Amino acid sequence: MSDGGDSLAFGSLALALLGGALRVSTPFLFVSLGECITEKSGRINLGLEGILVLGAMSGYGVSLASGSPWLGVLAAGLCGLVMGLLHGGLCSLAKVNDIAVGISLMLFGTGLAFFLGKPLIQPQAPMLPSLELGAWSDSAQLQSALRINVLLPLGLLLALLLHWGFRASRWGLALRLVGDNAAAARALGYPVVAIRIGATAAGGFLAGVGGAFLSLYYPGSWNEGLSSGQGLMAVALVIFARWNPLRCALAALLFGAAGALGPALQSQGITAGYYLFNAAPYVLTLALMAASWMPGRSLAGAPGELSLTQR
Amino acid sequence: MSASRIRSHRRNLLRLLGAGAATHMLPFGIGRAGAADKLVVGVIYVGPRDDFGYNQAQAQAVAVIKKLPGVKVIEEEKVPETVAVQKTMEAMINQDKATLIFATSFGYFDPHVLKMAEKYPSVRFAHCGGLWTEGTHPKNVGSFFGYIDECQYLNGIAAASASKGKKLGFIAAKPIPQVLRNINAFLLGARSVDPKATVRVIFTGDWSLPVKEAEAANSLIDQGVDVLTCHVDSPKVIVETAERRGAFSCGYHASQAKLAPKGYLTGAEWDWQTPYTQIIKATIEGKPMVNFLRGGLKDGFVKPSPFGPAVSAEARKKSDAVKAAMMKGDFPIFKGPLVDNSGKTVVAAGKVLGQQDPLLEGMNYLLDGVIGQI
Repeated sequence: MSDGGDSLAFGSLALALLGGALRVSTPFLFVSLGECITEKSGRINLGLEGILVLGAMSGYGVSLASGSPWLGVLAAGLCGLVMGLLHGGLCSLAKVNDIAVGISLMLFGTGLAFFLGKPLIQPQAPMLPSLELGAWSDSAQLQSALRINVLLPLGLLLALLLHWGFRASRWGLALRLVGDNAAAARALGYPVVAIRIGATAAGGFLAGVGGAFLSLYYPGSWNEGLSSGQGLMAVALVIFARWNPLRCALAALLFGAAGALGPALQSQGITAGYYLFNAAPYVLTLALMAASWMPGRSLAGAPGELSLTQR
Repeated sequence: MSASRIRSHRRNLLRLLGAGAATHMLPFGIGRAGAADKLVVGVIYVGPRDDFGYNQAQAQAVAVIKKLPGVKVIEEEKVPETVAVQKTMEAMINQDKATLIFATSFGYFDPHVLKMAEKYPSVRFAHCGGLWTEGTHPKNVGSFFGYIDECQYLNGIAAASASKGKKLGFIAAKPIPQVLRNINAFLLGARSVDPKATVRVIFTGDWSLPVKEAEAANSLIDQGVDVLTCHVDSPKVIVETAERRGAFSCGYHASQAKLAPKGYLTGAEWDWQTPYTQIIKATIEGKPMVNFLRGGLKDGFVKPSPFGPAVSAEARKKSDAVKAAMMKGDFPIFKGPLVDNSGKTVVAAGKVLGQQDPLLEGMNYLLDGVIGQI
């Protein structure tokens, strides 16, 4: 049922996957980078799903009210920052479990976003502009695959910056020390609690920006079903990326491509087993998690203070 | 999602507390006086009421019945198709004294509505989309639905007339009979304009998955499809994506014309106030529950959206002629010979399936010309 030869169909499938990766991956990228910063400090924030949804809602609302989508992105980030501060602050109290706080923050964030977002379902807010990287090509499919949002290159740059910063900068070393051995950090005079709260707030900011991408660029509308668990998946991504920002970026792109597989195959007329292809991102998560928790080679690079890795 | 389930549980709890508090404050008898002389109608939606789609179409009808004298309406949104809907129904019956419940989502019917109907035989349950069967289902349950495939046929005419390459796209949630009937009717409408027109189908797997719907719309357009339509709960994302990419779109459930001023051709809309009013009238007059209620264009259950600017005069004429025949009731959409896309004859030559034919409510094939698999 393909229109041309097999090679043509394959080429257009590859293009569709590339397009999907570039379109869908940005929220994964931002949330996983945010979570990476948070977890490097020894905290885990499962509430990023709630922050993502709240960011999507507030970004859409501010863009609608102010007419500027960039103000929306900023507002979404600030909302995430406040939620991150809340998580960081609560977890700094004695005997508070960060996983439990994260789950309640997730429910709180989504609930608050649904409640405040009721009047935002109908109106159309101004969208973020796109970059036409494919303008040189005369293939419409390539043009559309390379039509990206400026947040994607910003996110990739951020991944590079974090990768360098974690290894080589003063703040990166402090962050890692706090995450690996709080006692040693304290002995060296680092403010452990403040650094952790800061890292959680920064993670929240990035998750909020990821949410704004969902509502202001792709798919580009506010709706209560907007996030299909991107925030939670991103937390899983960080673990399988072994707390390495570059691998986070790679994983986010891979997830975007996997998500595009189902629709791309069906649009080409390959429709058998679409349930399986639609489940590809989740199957991928399970497979990667299983592979990365293999005994013997597990958890290289895991921050030592992470409650997830302590027994 | 578990989050929304917990939310609705919490809401039930709050309502319980609220109801308890209210009856404590009032002297006996007064608290219920207002409700006793009015018919309390409960309406349950699966999503938000203003979703530019399925739930909005229901809510528009509810807005009409709210104005009826002697009717009090209570509503709850975002109730999942799980045991949560049973809890919502029980809360409406016990706390709000509802005696007629509209359960508007397909998945509420079996087992949830059926279970509640057995437990509360004096309450009437009207379900949208189910197939009530004499003998197997309780008498206090009724199902209502509309022959929206008539409007999908009209969508097909407009779509094939506007399309350059005669490649059309259909983004569907799940391969259930109602959805397949819509896809097939859309194809037959398109083929009445151009016998070579094809419809590519993408199943997303669930009723509301905005990212996947946008992804499906983009990949169809990448494959050269230039008109999109859909059967998902909220067509908003699909219609907006088509407009951004310069493709045409046909709407579904409610009018999305506002979202795509250039590319919106027409749409298949519900007009639920007719069945809602009929069922409420029967209840107030004490007549038996309307168990099986169906209707199409002729009966005012469905209506096409007004044509958009991109629909040619010729297409308008053709569509209006078919619509006039449907309004008279002599335009069967499915008439033989019809072959499915695996080559099997599904409707024999000479056989005509009228709109009321129960065979159509169990449709399990995609016709030749539809590219896709169930």
